[in-house]
Amino acid sequence: MSNNAATIELLYKMADDQLILGHRNSEWTGFGPILEEDIAFSSMAQDKIGHSLALYTILEQLGERAPDTVAFTRKANQFHNCILTELPNGEYDFSLIRHFLFDTAEALRFELLKNSSFEPLAQVARKVRGELRYHTLHANTWIKQLGVATEESVSRLQGSLNVAIPYALGIFEESPFEKELITSGIFAGEHELKALWINKVEEVIGETNLQLPDWKLQTPILGGRIGKHSEYLQLLLDEMSEVFNIDPTAEW
Amino acid sequence: MYGGGNTFEEVKTDSFSQEDPIKLAEFEARIERGEKIEPSDWMPQLYRKQLIRMIEQHGHSEIIGALPEGTWITRAPGFKRKMALMAKVQDEVGHAQLLYSAAETLGKSREQMIDDLITGKSKYSNIFNYPTFTWADCCFISWLVDAGAIVNQLANAKGSYGPYCRALDRICAEESFHLKYGHHCVIYLASGTQKQRDMFQEALNRWWPPMMHFFGPADKISIHTQVLMKWKVKMGTNDDMRNQFLDMYVPKIWELGFTIPDSQLKKNSETGRWEYTEPDWEEFKRVINGDGPCNKERLEVRRIAEERGKWVREAMKAPNQKYVSPLA
Repeated sequence: MSNNAATIELLYKMADDQLILGHRNSEWTGFGPILEEDIAFSSMAQDKIGHSLALYTILEQLGERAPDTVAFTRKANQFHNCILTELPNGEYDFSLIRHFLFDTAEALRFELLKNSSFEPLAQVARKVRGELRYHTLHANTWIKQLGVATEESVSRLQGSLNVAIPYALGIFEESPFEKELITSGIFAGEHELKALWINKVEEVIGETNLQLPDWKLQTPILGGRIGKHSEYLQLLLDEMSEVFNIDPTAEW
Repeated sequence: MYGGGNTFEEVKTDSFSQEDPIKLAEFEARIERGEKIEPSDWMPQLYRKQLIRMIEQHGHSEIIGALPEGTWITRAPGFKRKMALMAKVQDEVGHAQLLYSAAETLGKSREQMIDDLITGKSKYSNIFNYPTFTWADCCFISWLVDAGAIVNQLANAKGSYGPYCRALDRICAEESFHLKYGHHCVIYLASGTQKQRDMFQEALNRWWPPMMHFFGPADKISIHTQVLMKWKVKMGTNDDMRNQFLDMYVPKIWELGFTIPDSQLKKNSETGRWEYTEPDWEEFKRVINGDGPCNKERLEVRRIAEERGKWVREAMKAPNQKYVSPLA
């Protein structure tokens, strides 16, 4: 039973991350710096919302409410996404840096989950990791290009990196169930994921003129996993549910 | 979507009289035989100019048209609609990319086209100068504006310029999914609650006049461009396209129990053509010349997006950037 609670907690935070960041990515539709980026962010948005639906569907099988209800009717304090995903898009440099930091972690997370002892999650992970390869390929390509290109591009990316890192460390906010997840073979845990992530981030940033901060001096911005969010999440949710809530019992 | 492929500016048809008569005759014979004209082939200046204008306007209609629907992506009700609408609007932006590439084969760069859009020098489909107040407005566009665009695009796909025709073939294949998606959304509104039905009826009332404008001015008041028809640049008259649309979609709208806000609308069984209240062409002219409800907003959004993205485009041109070879 406690295993079940641990799994549910893990699934919610992953699903909420994907839904909220997918929503943010979709806001780029029509506004990208070039048409190709418009299209790329829209593709990633579709993938992410699709991944969240796959995870909410597992949750439904575990006795939680239907995906539409869960996604469109909860309040901000019932969401478990990390705060990084809910921050407004800002300029393209911030969206790109967030995409890089988050998707690097997400790709590694699904890599770890492909052998999860919880088979429904392992199945989703095996499917999703192939798609996430394109997300990280996209992020790395742009970081490596803009991270060396012009004074302005390097300075913009550096500024956004400095802002985003403490939030990105919030991805790895540990749950009360870490030990159970690890010992039952469901998930290797946030601690291990974070170590892998730091290596990967250092590797990519090492190929650019960008500087990473001293990890030891960073204070992670936590709270998202336990429903303590920035003011931006409720606004996002109000917008997302505007039509749905005209009549939540109607079929649209 | 979205483009009408209709250009509403006057064409000076005498400007091709200075073309080499032998080359012109060969060119016209090729078109007559149903051959496609390719980018490196000889073509009259007027043909080139007119096609650039038409394809460019179509491209602009796609990216501007992404705005009134795109604004509903973040509000789409439920996973099914949210994912479908995202994919649909993304298709439209992809169409702009395809079309700009097709127009570039005729010698005008994408940057120049986007500059001309922002400065108001080149036009886009007039219908996107109207606002989408509710989810039902968004559904109207997905179903009926796309339907109207398909009528135009299927005709234009039989035109004479190879790159445009090939782009249109691909676009039409995607559009057919948009149409199904839009129709599906409207069926749910029609068979839903009273509030949902009212939402769509109100959207229909708002959008019907711009929808009638969509195909361009009535034949009796529009400039006849025989030479463009002969060169297969323009493939049908505005009234023909409008009639075809009415033929296909009025029965479907009625079938869902909605009222089209035109008491004169009926099919004449003798002529086989639809009769309707003449749309207000003065309003059409006013809106296309910049004085519609959303013209300023649409161009302003596009201008801001271009301005905010400028540093990215500059950085892409920087000499010290490394080429990262794709892994896939």
